[in-house]
Amino acid sequence: MTGRIFYIARNTFREAVRDRVLYNLIAFALLMIGGAVLVGQVSIGIERLVVINLGLTAISLFGIVIAIFIGIGLVSKEIEKRTLYTILSRPVRRWEFIAGKFFGLTGTLVVNASLMGVGVFAALLYVSHHLQKSDGWVLVALYFIILQFIIVTALTLFFSSFSSPLLSAVFAFSLFVIGTFSEDLRGFAAVAHGATGWLATGASYLVPNIAALNVIGSVAHDQPVAGGLVLYNTGYALLYSAMAVCGAVLVFERRNLK
Amino acid sequence: MSAIEILGLEKTYTVGFLRKQEKHALHPLHLAIGEGEIFGFLGPNGAGKTTTLKMLMGLVSPSAGSARILNMDFRNPGVKAQIGFLPEQPYFYDYLTARELLDYYGQLSGIRGRERARKVSELLDRVGLQDASSVQLRKFSKGMLQRVGIAQAILHDPKVVFFDEPMSGLDPTGRREVRDLMEQLKHEGKTVFFSTHILADAEALCDRVAILNRGELKGTGAVADLTAGVKGKVEIVWQANSASASIKAIGAECHVTGNTVRAVLPEEQQENALDLLRREKLRLVSLVPLRKSLEDYFVQQVKAVEPERSGGVKA
Ligand SMILES: Nc1ncnc2c1ncn2[C@@H]1O[C@H](COP(=O)(O)OP(=O)(O)O)[C@@H](O)[C@H]1O
Ligand SMILES: [Mg+2]
Repeated sequence: MTGRIFYIARNTFREAVRDRVLYNLIAFALLMIGGAVLVGQVSIGIERLVVINLGLTAISLFGIVIAIFIGIGLVSKEIEKRTLYTILSRPVRRWEFIAGKFFGLTGTLVVNASLMGVGVFAALLYVSHHLQKSDGWVLVALYFIILQFIIVTALTLFFSSFSSPLLSAVFAFSLFVIGTFSEDLRGFAAVAHGATGWLATGASYLVPNIAALNVIGSVAHDQPVAGGLVLYNTGYALLYSAMAVCGAVLVFERRNLK
Repeated sequence: MSAIEILGLEKTYTVGFLRKQEKHALHPLHLAIGEGEIFGFLGPNGAGKTTTLKMLMGLVSPSAGSARILNMDFRNPGVKAQIGFLPEQPYFYDYLTARELLDYYGQLSGIRGRERARKVSELLDRVGLQDASSVQLRKFSKGMLQRVGIAQAILHDPKVVFFDEPMSGLDPTGRREVRDLMEQLKHEGKTVFFSTHILADAEALCDRVAILNRGELKGTGAVADLTAGVKGKVEIVWQANSASASIKAIGAECHVTGNTVRAVLPEEQQENALDLLRREKLRLVSLVPLRKSLEDYFVQQVKAVEPERSGGVKA
């Protein structure tokens, strides 16, 4: 069972690695990190701030784009091209296929983020000539970004299990954007009354809490991240993505292949 | 014992967006295929062959009915390790090489390391792809993909194989090779269930066939038994410059070349035709009974439903 999920994940990773689009996106992100160094140099005194801000934002944005871009095709492309036929006629359960696809793409994103993270640290080293203790918080911020990727991948997989690739991309990206304002949504839900209040409360639970996963700003200002938040975010991201993936499995189990 | 039992499998699609209509892709189908048989599942395009196979593979769910494969319910996950499937016009991950693809499928089928590498090489050899084994599949021709498809279907040594149109996209040599391969599989004791719309492919190969037309089973049995009931035809050749109207009137299709006439007519008109030739004092060249083929049986079966077509919904 776990063996098959691993093999499917590895093949998903292999597919991504052999796709040229991925390299273009990574090159672009690294270019942005390089650009951050240049910008940092003209603004003396805040080089670190600029490099961390721009670098991590670039990693996050490009990662989200890759997660959605590859995520929408993860299942639909296999149905469309009928490559699934020869997979599902083997001892592979449909849920194993979904799980394998999910882990394959998150694995790809973790490797990407790590590579780009090395880029950010190289840039940091370049502007401040040595690493300092507070650079550790950059790692935590990077970890949170990876948690965002996991959530967005799971959501994209969920949407693509029942809607077209384009709509899935729109849904997933919208939820991501709304999620970055989830704190405001919660605030609104707390003060709104009646039906609006109910709706806002419901939405604030459904929408992924991306805001809590974004600590780029405070880390750029050398502020530490509370240990409790690390724990909360880890639990939250895992639970949220597990639910989305389960939803995708439930839909996919019943689906007739073209 | 039956290797495959199809117990009233049935599929109805709902087509049309605003005015929904039911489309019977497959009427309740009952079939039993014995162990070690080569069974041909025949029918024209759109007959419901692929639909049947997809239901058996668990790719689409039947509207009703069920099936048993190797005495297990067809949805039992344990079945999957014992069967192989070649889809119609197969397509594979084109970023992989043939060897990588087969290796991946071997992993999913639970074949372990060493054994897997050996099996993959053996299969590449068997389908004649050893020279192309490290070429990415995006560079493969249709015929080569068909070979990869066959290789992946038998890679894990399944007891029952399902081939959907295994000869399509192949040249005559390729067809021969696939036919030989199916015969080898039979000798290895495997059950082969394959679909085709080309009757000649099935005629020489199958122990038994089933004929499907527009989702309905039209007949099943050994090829010889099916064709025995076909009204045969004879070919008569005589010397003349033209075919007389009286000959044509008894249902002969005549072709005149130079000073010989070649006519094909129903067997039961043979004596009438000879009488006519004698009366007109024409010189007979030859009289040959035409071999009754599956094609004839098929045409007869399909013709029987022909009038329905004009009134029915076009597929
Ligand atoms: N997904 C589908 N939706 C609606 N009709 C379908 C679908 N798949 C197949 N059909 C119809 O079912 C019939 C049988 O198709 P198929 O099984 O592919 O035939 P065959 O393989 O014998 O050529 C055809 O009329 C086809 O149009
Ligand atoms: Mg077909």
